[in-house]
Amino acid sequence: MSRRTVVNIGPFHPLQEEAEFFQLYVDGETVVDVDVRISFNHRGIEKLDESKTFDQVPFVVERVCGICSASHPLAYIQAVEEIAHVEVPERALYLRTIVNELERIHSHLLWVGLAGHFLGYNTVFMWVWKYREPVMDILEIATGSRVNYANCKVGGVRRDMTREQLDRIAQVSDELLGPLDMLTRAVLDDPILHARLKKVGVLTPQAAKAYGATGPTARGSGVPIDVRRDDPYAAYDRLAWEVITAPDGDVFSKTVVRLRECFEAVRIIKQCVRDIPGGAIDAHVAAIPPGEGVGHVEAPRGETFHYVRSDGSNRPVRHKVRAPSFNNIPTFKASCIGQQIPDVAITLASVDPCYSCTERMCRVVDAESLRPRYTWSDLVRLSQQKTAELRKKW
Amino acid sequence: MTVAETETRVPLEGFVGEVLKELGDAVIEVECCGARRGWARIDPERTVEVAETMLAMAGARLATATALDVRDGIDVLYHWAIEPQGVVVTLKVLAERPALAVDSIAGAVPAANWIEREMHDLLGANFRGHPDMRRLILDDSWPEGVYPLRKDFDQVRDRPPLPPDQTPPDVGRRERNAR
Repeated sequence: MSRRTVVNIGPFHPLQEEAEFFQLYVDGETVVDVDVRISFNHRGIEKLDESKTFDQVPFVVERVCGICSASHPLAYIQAVEEIAHVEVPERALYLRTIVNELERIHSHLLWVGLAGHFLGYNTVFMWVWKYREPVMDILEIATGSRVNYANCKVGGVRRDMTREQLDRIAQVSDELLGPLDMLTRAVLDDPILHARLKKVGVLTPQAAKAYGATGPTARGSGVPIDVRRDDPYAAYDRLAWEVITAPDGDVFSKTVVRLRECFEAVRIIKQCVRDIPGGAIDAHVAAIPPGEGVGHVEAPRGETFHYVRSDGSNRPVRHKVRAPSFNNIPTFKASCIGQQIPDVAITLASVDPCYSCTERMCRVVDAESLRPRYTWSDLVRLSQQKTAELRKKW
Repeated sequence: MTVAETETRVPLEGFVGEVLKELGDAVIEVECCGARRGWARIDPERTVEVAETMLAMAGARLATATALDVRDGIDVLYHWAIEPQGVVVTLKVLAERPALAVDSIAGAVPAANWIEREMHDLLGANFRGHPDMRRLILDDSWPEGVYPLRKDFDQVRDRPPLPPDQTPPDVGRRERNAR
């Protein structure tokens, strides 16, 4: 019997800078087994939600993840709307779609940048994050915040967008097409990336199904699943767009899927801006009857699944949150085995794992007096100042 | 579990109805059979068999599972998504007190591995025959038998003390600076 060695990556991942712990069991250079430990930053959001009212929960769940902060509240809200049989106004559905697609663009660009960084290709990292910034800015202009948009509510959305804001969103998305095209060609034509990413970390369609993989992780294995098409929500069934798949299941396929999805997102946003009807943005839901419902949303990383049970009071009895990475991370058992150690680093990154560790708090403290330099109200004031400046600029 | 004899039976219609019909008499109560959602209670003796049937269906995948603290025990809800029909079928199994145990489906469905560990950690449901029942969510220092998502767990009153090596670093630093 050959000797097995354990290679530890973590508990604080050196590249992804998040709390996660991979143990690779290796035989020579070949990985024979993987064990993953998570939940170093578990925040107990499900428990917390049981003490919040139905209207307060969206503000909590958008903080599950700083990147998917439009998808989580929407999944929760759709579960509640299923319980209460709410008919959401048409305009609100379009506004939800716009924010969710902007989120998809900025999340996918974030991943492409990080993937470049993991491969030692820092030019890609710098470029992509530069192009991502205008998307964050229009999100801030339209919703008031770069992250945690507080956009959705049960029965509709909280804030309307003006015609100027909508046109600005269409314009920024349009301007993104050039850089996206350049990036896609840079990735698809680069022989080094081909050599580095093709046939690495292959996830077969069978394994994707067995592990319940979702989103680009499944679509990169040629499994054409997309909640937006299969169980349409918001305005997706009224728009023309395509589900992007790639057949090979390797890291390259997942990259191709993410890049091409950005084009589809731009297409969706432009149609929304063109077709958005006028009218109310809120159905004014009074009370949530007893019952249970599920809501799922195609977040950038895959399907976000929420279950809500109501007993007729103003608070959920149970709220279950399942983020896409919870299903995607266990696929490492299928995709990493038989790989070389250096290939595992990018395979582990290829599902775009999200550990929802945005709960960490940072305080700027004066070293001498130990007094905090910035208080909560200072930070709120600074961020509002910045939003005002951004809005003035255009 | 008893199903009232007088209760009107939910008609099995559409695609969701087809799925539930496929499970045969393993379904002991259909709670709802809508266009895109199905809710049914299944025989606790036959959870593994049902899971195998579900996974074998075209386009079906285990989205996740939810455990609920209810009066008679822990209700375990397996949410199956079926694409491209866009259907979510939720199959419920009750883990009755005092054992709070149901058969694990992780052997048949790899996607259930983590979520069953999570349900065991947070609510104390026991999964018979789970291949790897280590802790997933809770810290190793968390006491045995304390389940934070149970209804009788109070976040303030019942929170176990931190082990001595995990006191927040801030406290030590402040003391050092004071010296």
